[in-house]
This record gives sequence, structure tokens and C-alpha cells, in this order.
Amino acid sequence: MTATTADARPPELRLPKRRGVELSLLIGAVFISVYGYAAVGLARNDAVPPDVAGYGAGLGLLALLAHLAVRFRAPFADPLLLPIAVLLNGLGLVLIYRLDLETPRNQAATTQLIWSTLGVAFFIAVVVVLRDHRVLQRYAYLSVAVALVLLIVPIFFPAVNGAKIWIRIGGLSFQPGEFAKILLAVFFAAYLAANRNALAYTGRRVWKLQLPTGRVLGPIVAIWLFSVGVLVLERDLGTSLLFFGLFVILLYVATGRTGWIAVGLLLAAAGAFVVGSFEPHVHSRVEDWLNPYATIEAGQGPSQLAQSLFAFAAGGLFGTGLGLGHSILIGFAAKSDFILATAGEELGLAGLTAVFMLYALLVARGFRAGLALRDPFGRLLSIGLASILALQVFVIAGGVMGLIPLTGMPMPFLAQGGSSVVTNWIIVALLIRVSDVARTPDPDAVAAAREEP
Amino acid sequence: MIRYIRRAAGFCLLLLVALLANAARVQIFEADELNSNAANRRTTIDRYDRPRGNILVGGDPVTGSRDTGEQLAYERTYRHGPMYAPVTGYASQTYGTTLLENAEDGILSGTDPILAPLPLWGDVTRSRQPGGDVVTTIDASAQRAAYEGLDGRRGAVAALEPATGRILALVSSPSYDPEVLSGTGSSVTDAWVRLNGAPSQPLLNRALRETYPPGSTFKIVTAAAALDARVVTDPEAGTDTPSPYILPGTSTVLPDEARGCRKASLAEAIRVSCNTVMAHLGVEVGLEGMLETVGRFGFNDNDLKIPSRVARSNFDSEMTDDQLALSSIGQFDTAATPLQMAMVASAVANGGELMRPRLVDRVTTDDGDTVRQEGNESYHRAMNPTTAQQLQRMMVDVVENGTGTNGAVDGVTVGGKTGTAQHGVGNSGIPYAWFISWAQAPDSGRPAVAVAVVVEDASADRADVSGGGDAAPIARAVMEAALED
Repeated sequence: MTATTADARPPELRLPKRRGVELSLLIGAVFISVYGYAAVGLARNDAVPPDVAGYGAGLGLLALLAHLAVRFRAPFADPLLLPIAVLLNGLGLVLIYRLDLETPRNQAATTQLIWSTLGVAFFIAVVVVLRDHRVLQRYAYLSVAVALVLLIVPIFFPAVNGAKIWIRIGGLSFQPGEFAKILLAVFFAAYLAANRNALAYTGRRVWKLQLPTGRVLGPIVAIWLFSVGVLVLERDLGTSLLFFGLFVILLYVATGRTGWIAVGLLLAAAGAFVVGSFEPHVHSRVEDWLNPYATIEAGQGPSQLAQSLFAFAAGGLFGTGLGLGHSILIGFAAKSDFILATAGEELGLAGLTAVFMLYALLVARGFRAGLALRDPFGRLLSIGLASILALQVFVIAGGVMGLIPLTGMPMPFLAQGGSSVVTNWIIVALLIRVSDVARTPDPDAVAAAREEP
Repeated sequence: MIRYIRRAAGFCLLLLVALLANAARVQIFEADELNSNAANRRTTIDRYDRPRGNILVGGDPVTGSRDTGEQLAYERTYRHGPMYAPVTGYASQTYGTTLLENAEDGILSGTDPILAPLPLWGDVTRSRQPGGDVVTTIDASAQRAAYEGLDGRRGAVAALEPATGRILALVSSPSYDPEVLSGTGSSVTDAWVRLNGAPSQPLLNRALRETYPPGSTFKIVTAAAALDARVVTDPEAGTDTPSPYILPGTSTVLPDEARGCRKASLAEAIRVSCNTVMAHLGVEVGLEGMLETVGRFGFNDNDLKIPSRVARSNFDSEMTDDQLALSSIGQFDTAATPLQMAMVASAVANGGELMRPRLVDRVTTDDGDTVRQEGNESYHRAMNPTTAQQLQRMMVDVVENGTGTNGAVDGVTVGGKTGTAQHGVGNSGIPYAWFISWAQAPDSGRPAVAVAVVVEDASADRADVSGGGDAAPIARAVMEAALED
């Protein structure tokens, strides 16, 4: 996103480590989260919540441990990634805690804090254990096998709110599709990195499109179609859209063939039309999107989407203030799919823009690491991970704000949902890892990059 | 590859721009429309998130607010709800507001900019003030006397202070407790269905919104028209009315129930309530003259507000002479609200000057600072001062020597007029008993009160139903209560 030089070899900069910057940003992120937590209590009960110190200490400790892991095992990593993740996660906890006040029977903040802790633990584990992202390339086929299993398993479990994307074991439930995102990104990156020349330059030419040989393209298209098919079967339209976007972006970056985007868009349009017309669950979502106020006109009260739009409108430019909105009117998914509506109502357009900017920075930093890396796999992996975040934010934010049809997906870090938080922490850990490699001054790698066409 | 990464990044940037533009669309450009959507509960939640201001009678609130702890937090409570329901109306979270609760809703709910210490600043911050109070003109003891006087019978009472137009009592019976409609839920909807389905129509404000044939009480209006038009110059002189009187252009005979009406004087006709004399005088005044006079009393006015809207009292503007004759004795299409007939008595008592009736004395902030004071305002000069003096004497005569002796109050000058209004198909219904009156204490320079009472279902059998028998005692009780203050 930050255009600096023309398409040329990576810059030979001796980058400083910037760990001090990261630490001060982390302190700021924790401070903002604690401030928000206190603001909710003050607005609701005229008192700072009694456990504000505990919340601050907990979030601070998580941030510190993550920071120490980065400081010792990825010292050259991008200093913005971790503070943004901590701030978004902290803000999400504040919003969930705030919504918990409205639903005394359904307390989610504590669970979310436990999942966040687990997420940070995974983050630390990835940063500590994974010394070089290129190792992952070796496990490409294992990744895709596990991903496919994870995707298929929920079919055998009952649907929750219309979508079969959960696995319930005992009291725990998690969404395997979330983890499959990372595994598929690893596989796509590895496969495309290995076969990109063959994809770009072999095979027959049809009109303006260079068709690669079926032997090269076949396996990846098959896997992709299979995943999307399974997701459609599970009625998880959001994730299938995400996989689709991820695949098209990576294919385009790997081959540089604009035609793939055209083909992708055509396929997507056709698929969306077919599914939107014939699958009742999806069809109703499309209807809602086209006319969010139909249920009001029919005398059945506002739909969730209409309630969400009401919430955003109530926020206006500066918002009602934390704890002072009525986003609970949105109903059962207020803490998960629709959590952005609470941000929109209580923080206003100003706060929402800030949140979008945090995501944009996270994505931009992912792309930046991709630009700075020398190996195609690392590049594709970081682009893939950053694109997952960007697409997910767009699909869910666009959905709850009436820009595109609604698809149930969690807002990264903000929304209630264990698998989602853990997955996003792993994504950030991988970005930390690739950015560390990208920014480490390494004469050999620079030399190697020079030889690359 | 780097070029394509940049393009992919550009694509992500495009997504971000789309999101921001869409956020601005929803939160800025479409916000007003979404905020005012009727299905958006936020307006309602905000409205009920603080206690509502109170309606005061004689310095004491007759309303209150209760925090229910629910989403719509504050519900309305009422003290002596049924007695004051025709004044306050209800403030329901389900069915909206009526009467004063409706007319002064901006004050009571705190949204009226008049309550803000710095009005412009309030507009900027969109902050709301605590609800203000509405001080009524109602006299608690007069209200109670009227309510207890009706004692659950169908009917209404309206009482005014003639010199100011202040409404001292406004009672409709049978009544209801507005509190049963305050909140939400099935108890409220059940109460609503029950009240609306009740044959006695408890939700109907009979004092303001129901019109009745005024019967003989209307003869005061006809007399005023005759005297002002100089059709009659000496109320004590005999008129040339035959009895029975044959309605002009017809062969219909208009009988008198009273004796001695043949060629009776106007004063005699008022005292014993002669139909023939008054019908004849109405015809002599003519439609145009009658319309002018009834208009000055408030008939045919669609826009009378106190500040709640008052139903239009009717006197037809196109009639043949026989219809005019009947209308002049309060029959045919003539119909009046109890408040309208109290205005008639008030105009006579106040020397012909009819003050605009009003229910609100002043409006204050929640800590009692007056932000709006209602002033006395003339509505119309209803008749000449001499005419008023002559009518005062005639009405006093009704109470002292005529049909209205039940309205007399010891040691006080009381003027009155009875009425028995027939209605129903072929006049088959039990007649409405009317009494309008005014009272002036001997040591006072001006009358204290003017009252109109109507009783729909007077319990006695039909022959005994009369304004003097059923309505006058209620009026007397209201006058006594008003005089004591």
C-alpha cells in the first residue's frame, strides 16, 4: 500500500530493531483498553469497575509476555503488529464486557479473556518455535490435508443458527473453519510459489488468457473448489467468499495474470447468483440486504440488519459514548457477528474510522513484509495472511453496514469467539515471523534476491 | 511479483475506502432518516429513561413516575387517577398520550427547548432537560365535589372562573384510572381492550369531547340574542307568543310543559322554561342573528383548545324557520359540550365578556422556576353588558323562584338554568338532565364560578328526570366548593 520504489529489488536498509517503540505502543494500547473498560463502568454505574486493575494487569501481562517473546526470538519484527493486535483484542474485550451488562444471563467477557490468553500463548509458541517461516513450505500437503478434515468435520455436527460450522465437544465449541484459513493460506502460498512459472508460462493460450496445463492447475483448483463446496454445504458463505478471494489474490500475485481476476470474478458472480437464488438461508440474507426494512413494512419489527443500521446511525459522528448506546436491540449476535455495530453506535464514525485504520495498518504491514521478503513462499504467505484479514474485515463490516449481503463471520479480534481470537493471534504471530525475516539485515539474502528475476 | 503485490494492496485499500464511504453514508447522510424510523426503539428508550414531569393541582402533583428497571424505565403513575383522568389524560408507553399529557408533552418529557437554560446550547449538545411541571387551574375541592356528585353516573361537569377563564373542574363519568395504561405488556393491552369495549365508554372525555343537545339551558343563548337584537327590549313585558305554538311553515304543534306561557314575558319564559316563547323569539331574531350570537359564545368553533382540543359545539348554519325554532330551544341539531355550556353561564356572569377557557396556569422547570405563564385572554364579547345584567337577574330568578331551586346556595347570589334534553329515536331515550349556573359571594365584586352539569342516565324514572332534580345538586356542590377558596 505504501508505494516507495519501482518494481525492483528489495531495499538494502539496515533497519533498527524498534523494540522500544513496540513496548511504548503496547503500553498505549493497554492504557486505551483499560480507559475504555473504566469508561463503560463510569457510564453505566457511575463507578470504575472493581476489577479494572485485574483487567489491566491481565492484558498488560499478556502484552508483556508477547513482547518478550518477540524481543528475544524475532527482534527485527515490525513493531506495529503486536500493539495493534493487543489494542483490537483489548477493545473487543471492552465491548463484550459492555454488552455483558445488558445480558446478565450470558456473560462472555471472561471466556473471551481466557481464549485471548490462549491466543497469546499460541502467538508466543509460534514466535518461539517457528524460527523461519520457510519451514512451513515443507508441510504444505499436511496443511491442506488437515484443513480439509477440519472443514468436513462440522458436517457431522448439528447446525447452529443456520450454519453447520461448529464442532461441539463437551461444553466447548469451536469453528474448525477458522484454523483451516491459515492452513489453506500456507498450502496456497507453498503450491503457487513452487509452480508459479509453470502457471504463468505453460499451456495453451485461449484468447487473452494463458491457460496452464491441467497437471499444474488441476490439484489446486480441485482443492479450492472442494473447500468452497463444503462451505456452501455448511452454509458458511462468509468463509467461502474469504477462500475465494484469498485464492484469486494469491493466484494473481503469483502469476501476474489479470485474466485470472476476470475469471475469478465471473466465477464468483455466477456462484453467488446460483447460491443466492436457490439456497434459502443465503437467499433470505440477500433479500434482507436488498431491503433491510421489509420486515418493518410487514409489521414484524426491524430485522437484525435494520437494527444494526439503526445502531450505526444512532452513533453519528462522535457516538453516544461507551456504555451509553442501545446496541443490545440487535439481539442474539450482538457480541459476535454484529459487534461492530456497538463500536459504531458508541464510538461514532470517528471511532469506527480509527478501528478500520487499525485493521488497515495491520494489513498494510503484512503487505509491507511481503514486499520486503525475498522468497516467493514468504511473500505469498504474508500477502495471503494480510488478505485474509482485509477480506474478513470487509465482508463482515460491509455486511453489518448494508454494503454487501450479510455473512456470519467474526470481526478479527473484536468479536466474541474463541477459535477466531486464537486464529487471529496465530496470523499475527506468522506476520511477526515473516516481518522479522524481512527486516533482518542479511547480506546473503540480499545477494540471493539480486539473482531473482 | 512486487508490482502485483502493490496492486493487491491497492485492492485492499479500495475495500477500505468502500467501507469508510459506506460508514459515512449510514452514520452521517442517512442517520436522520434511520433515527426517525418508527421501528427504531432508541427514541422511545430515551424518552422513558428519566422521570416525566408532573401535572399539579393546587400545588400537589396528581401524577408521578416509577422506575420499573425495564428497558423503558419510567412508567407514569397517577394519584386519584379516575378523578383527574379528564384533565391529565394518560401517558402510555403503548398507546401514546392524550389531553394534558399530550398537549404539554414537550414540557413533561423535557424535550421542549423552553426548559433549557441556554436554548441554543441545548440544540447543539442534543441534551435533554429533566421534565418540567405543568400547573393546572383546577380547584381540587371543586373537582372532588363534581366527581363525587356524579358518583359514577354517566355525565360530565365543567366549571370555570368567569373573570379569568380558568377551568376549575373538569369531570367525566364514569372514568378510568390512566395508570392501567402506563406501561407495556399484556396487562396494559388487556386494560385497553376492556376500556375501549366497555359500553359506558370510560375513555370518552364527556366534558370536552362529547356534545349533547343542550335543551332548555340553550334558552339563555336565545335570550341573549333576542335582547342584543332588541327583539325584546323589556324582559318583563309580555310577548305575543301563542301557546301552543305552531312551527312556522308546518302544522307541527310545539307544546309547553310549563304553565302560563301564553304571551309570557321573556323573564317568565326563562323562569318556568317556556318552549313556545323562546322558539318564537329565535325565529324573530332570525337565522343570521342567532348564528352571530352562538358564534360569540363559542358554537361552531373547530379550533377551541384549552390546550387540548375541544369538540365543536353545533348550531346549524342552514335551516328553515321551523328548524330554527326547535334549534332555539336547544333541540333539532343543536349540540353542545358541557364546557361550552359552562362558557355560556360564564359569559352571563362576567357581564357579557367571555374569557378564553384554559386549563394550564403556568409551566415550570423541575425545580419550580416558571418558564411560561398563561395569561387571561378574552375569547369574545358574547353580549352587551346590559343584556348580561338582565340575564343575570333572570337566572337568579330561576334559582330563587323557578325550576332551579335545587341550585341555591345559602347567602350567595346564584343564577341558573335547568334543561331536560330529549334524545333518541322518537325521543325514546332517558332525557339528559342539564343545569348551568354561576355563583357570586355577596362580599365579592365578581362571580366566583360558572358551572355546567349534564347527567346522562339520571336514575329516576323518566317523568322525574329534570335538570333541577338531577343536575342542580351537583352544580350546587361544585359552586360551594369553589366559593370556599
